[in-house]
Amino acid sequence: MKRFYVFLVIAVVSLLVFAEEVTEVKIGAGWEMTGPIAGFGQMSWDGVKLAIKLRPTVNLWGKEIPVKVVLLDNKGDKAEAANVVKRLIDFENVPVILGPCTSSCALAAGAIAEQRKVAMLANTATNPLVTQNRRYIFRACFTDVLQGELLAKFAWEELKARHVVIMVDVAQDYVVGLANYFKKAFAKYGGTFFEEYYNTGDQDFTAQLTDALSRNPDTIFMPGYYAEIALISKQARELGFEGSLLAGDGADAPELIQIGGEFVEGLCYTTYFHQDADLSPATKPFVEAYWKEYNRRPDAFGALAFDAYNLALDAIEKAQSLDPEEIRNALASIKGFQGVAGTITYPEGSGDPIKPAVINTVENGQFVLKTVIHP
Amino acid sequence: MNVQTFLQHFINALSLGGIYALIAIGYTMVYGILRLINFAHGDVFTYGIYFAFYAVVAFFFPWWMAFIFSIFVTALLGAAIERVAYRPLRNAPRISALITAIGVSFFLENFAIVAFGGRAKSFNPQTGIYPTTFLKMLRFGNIRVPLLTFLTLGVVALVLIILLWIVYHTKVGMAMRAISKDITATRLMGVNADRIVSFTFMIGSGLAAVGGILWAMKYPQIYPFTGMIPGLKAFIAAVVGGIGSIQGAMIGGFTLGVAEIMIVAFFPSWAGYKDAFAYAILLVMLLFRPTGILGVEVPEKV
Repeated sequence: MKRFYVFLVIAVVSLLVFAEEVTEVKIGAGWEMTGPIAGFGQMSWDGVKLAIKLRPTVNLWGKEIPVKVVLLDNKGDKAEAANVVKRLIDFENVPVILGPCTSSCALAAGAIAEQRKVAMLANTATNPLVTQNRRYIFRACFTDVLQGELLAKFAWEELKARHVVIMVDVAQDYVVGLANYFKKAFAKYGGTFFEEYYNTGDQDFTAQLTDALSRNPDTIFMPGYYAEIALISKQARELGFEGSLLAGDGADAPELIQIGGEFVEGLCYTTYFHQDADLSPATKPFVEAYWKEYNRRPDAFGALAFDAYNLALDAIEKAQSLDPEEIRNALASIKGFQGVAGTITYPEGSGDPIKPAVINTVENGQFVLKTVIHP
Repeated sequence: MNVQTFLQHFINALSLGGIYALIAIGYTMVYGILRLINFAHGDVFTYGIYFAFYAVVAFFFPWWMAFIFSIFVTALLGAAIERVAYRPLRNAPRISALITAIGVSFFLENFAIVAFGGRAKSFNPQTGIYPTTFLKMLRFGNIRVPLLTFLTLGVVALVLIILLWIVYHTKVGMAMRAISKDITATRLMGVNADRIVSFTFMIGSGLAAVGGILWAMKYPQIYPFTGMIPGLKAFIAAVVGGIGSIQGAMIGGFTLGVAEIMIVAFFPSWAGYKDAFAYAILLVMLLFRPTGILGVEVPEKV
């Protein structure tokens, strides 16, 4: 009889242990890996790959458990972005999701994540609507409210811009949003502006630019994405435009310089990161590790994806659970996270961290740091 | 709008329309003889650019050799597509060939992602692909004309002359015209119809490569979907001009280029919906003059 009890105890204990046995922690990721803005997704994924290398395990229940990131490609397409999140939650059963980069994709993907109550951590989606009235959506970047104000201030004070043409991509929530916040702020300084419109994937802007240049703007503001910024800059310079070029965080990709060449020289843009900007104690080790791994300049998208990965792991460790709701709560309560692109603290009831911004410029075919602006 | 701005718009329109015209010829020639809309044409255009790019970047060809190489290889690609995907369906219902064309298009796009990568590459003289002279801007008063526009127009004119000569003054051309009337009867006359069809695909694809290279010099961004929109636009141009007619494709290309630019010029606030206008033109054309500007009504063969 005694032997039977011993057996029973062993059986129950082992059952408990094995039932709880988790051999890997899965994290979902949906990024723009192909399509017209593939650069964003690819740069983000490079950042995450480095992060996985530096921190391959997560400490759960006193054990180091390997992390596996399930990456799916949303092709830079809104409908695909929603499908990707659906698949990550329904089939891969991930408790937390990283990405996407663009606001339009994050809005579509966020609706699904919100509905299924799984936290989604967008690395660079800056449109305010992305997190608004959403409990499960967070971001690792600042919002366009801040970015629009910084750009307006920079345009007015540094570029001495007075009459600006804004190139608006009507299909991107990010572009429309950033253009609006810029306009609001720029009007307060007393500047005047007008808009020209295009659609994502357009390659010919000569008609818009010819129309714009006949109204003599001193600055072209392009709150769009790198490929269009490069092409607009090229065509504007070819049509004889000699004023300043200004862009938002969508400009930060090596393709901008590769495609734009000499035509994007002097272009200034706001972003989240530059390797020479001392944003937090974590910046320097990251820059060194990135150079060692890839032998090139670390970019803002990779830096924020790196931060998003570590944020997600911190949240899992804090929650000590793989339950999506508990991870969400842990994420919301994170204070003073030392990200490589600045410290992250989520204000009560909001997924928007308050973070420093960086203004870069293109000089001799390189991205050069101009200023760091702390909030 | 003053005269100078208008002229600048007009120049922009010509340079855009010229490239549409070059791509449209490929559509129209294939349609002309096989009654097949080769939806993979836009992707053949993309491959033409990639071939030129890699000829310089990977094989270190001088630019002119790279361009000839690209035109030649793209022509072979076109013939290969015809051999593998369309020839086995020569006697199948037309809808099967159309669906196959869409399949080929998807295959080429996704293969390009695997082979060339999803990130955009730059077709820029700074990477040494071609001399910067091509990008020179000529000034006439305050109007700026890219040298490339003259080049494009020159190429379009040359192509038009050569093609009309081939189609109307050579034996191959006679065979092409015969095939377009009745492929079986042409075969019975001892013409190797398959070879003529291959030749037609090669011409169309080679022209797509020429259009692609000119396009990439103007808009130096290459990614696996580069040709998708220009391909669709050229298809519209071919239909507007009268699909099957070479002169029609030219006229259609320029019409579409002018329409796109002028819509933005006169209604700047609608510019975001420029593509929608191109499709609207297609719809209106199909509703009111389905044969296109130069098309002739042909009684359906029974």
